[in-house]
Amino acid sequence: MNDFSLGLFVYMGLIFIFLVLLLKKLAWKPILDAVNEREEGIRGALAAAENAKKELENLNADNERILKEARAERDLLLKDARDMKDNIISAAKAEAKEQQNLVIEQAKAAIASEKQAAIADIRKQVATLSIDIAEKVIRKELSTDKKQAELVSDMLKEVNI
Amino acid sequence: MQIRNLVTTLTLVLFFTCFSAFSSTKDEVKEGKSDIKTEIKEFIQHHLKDSYDFGITAWKAEDGTTKHFGFPLPIILIDEGVHVFMSSKFHHGETVAESKGKFFKVYHSKIYSTDAAGTITYDDKHHVANSKPFDFSITKNVVAILFIAIMMLLLFTNLAKSYAKNNGVPTGMGRFFEPIIIYIRDDIAIPNIGEKRYKKYMSFLLTVFFFIWFVNLLGLTPLGVNVTGNIAVTFALALTTYLITTFTATKDYWKHIFWMPGVPKAMRPILAPIELLGTVIKPFSLMIRLYANMTAGHIVLMSIIGLMFIFKSWIGSPLSFGLAFGLMLLELLVAALQAYIFTMLSALYFGSASEEHDEH
Repeated sequence: MNDFSLGLFVYMGLIFIFLVLLLKKLAWKPILDAVNEREEGIRGALAAAENAKKELENLNADNERILKEARAERDLLLKDARDMKDNIISAAKAEAKEQQNLVIEQAKAAIASEKQAAIADIRKQVATLSIDIAEKVIRKELSTDKKQAELVSDMLKEVNI
Repeated sequence: MQIRNLVTTLTLVLFFTCFSAFSSTKDEVKEGKSDIKTEIKEFIQHHLKDSYDFGITAWKAEDGTTKHFGFPLPIILIDEGVHVFMSSKFHHGETVAESKGKFFKVYHSKIYSTDAAGTITYDDKHHVANSKPFDFSITKNVVAILFIAIMMLLLFTNLAKSYAKNNGVPTGMGRFFEPIIIYIRDDIAIPNIGEKRYKKYMSFLLTVFFFIWFVNLLGLTPLGVNVTGNIAVTFALALTTYLITTFTATKDYWKHIFWMPGVPKAMRPILAPIELLGTVIKPFSLMIRLYANMTAGHIVLMSIIGLMFIFKSWIGSPLSFGLAFGLMLLELLVAALQAYIFTMLSALYFGSASEEHDEH
């Protein structure tokens, strides 16, 4: 212990304590603060980047969803339109058929009545003709009574209505 | 490329350091093998001790007197009054210095009060019986400590300023020191002390690390100062660790010392003195470890350098020179390693003192 120097010990202790205190105030605190601040900054920036990435992903997912919805809606609309078209066409067809039937009915009725009228007209004409013919024959043939009678019976044979 | 340049520079510096250490030894050595051995031994002994003047080199002149090159340092003694004078008054221990009617003499690197003739008396165990004045001289080691302290102050204050100026981005020296500072924070302080409490210990840990490292490195220069190889210096450092540990200790720490939980009650009074002793032994081991490592390193390095003059051959001298060179590289590692160990263990002790045990 003869080597132990009290003076050196006292100087060392004092210088060292002052050094710690001075460096704490002048160097370590500002340096560590700067380092911490920078680390915080880096951490913050990384977190922000991560957030931005997540947000972008969310946005993409949203877009995807909206697109899907839009597609579904379009399909629905198209389907509706197709249905409506079909309905309209079938309705139109049905109506046309009905109309057609009606027209045919009317035409048939008209034809029938025309036919009746024509038949009636023909009968009338035949009757008139028969009378004319009969008149002519009677005038020509019925010079004799025998002939008149023969003629009448022949004609009646021919005109068999 | 830059790393290679750095390595080259370092190697060259070390190379010349070896040479200059060699040259300063050479001056001490004279002819005669046993003479050389004692001279080397004395030189090493002298080197390990503190000195009252800042000697750079010394040599024997033609007329047989020893010439010294260096500069004197102030001597401050308290012996019935304060005595202040320059160490040149001792003429390198050869003469008695007089101050205010008191006489002082340097004997084996210590100042003793003597009479005007400088008589040293011995007791029966061959210890010096002369009284020693309180010695507050600015010795070589004090100068080295002051130099390192001022250097650190300038260095780290500038570093802090550069951070403020460059918006927290390290430039220049900051690029070298910042990883070390962050290493001390992330790998020494936080794992040992804990995220919550490490901050108040950071200033001490950083200062003690850089101080020990720089002082160790200064010890490897040819200036030949051996600050950390001085027990007073390591004692002061270890005492600071002890005081910080003691004053920042929590209730739990003291409870674990005096009334250890989880141990049979009968054992507790037996454990208490052991634990209490442990609190002192821990910093004591810090003191001894640093002191012994640096002293041993210096002794071995200087012995191997001294071997060169004992061998005086074409094989032996270059061999011991190579050995000294390799050892210098090793010492460079030890300088940083001892600083790391001191810081690491201090942090460990702080951690155990400020720990809060929830598990019991």
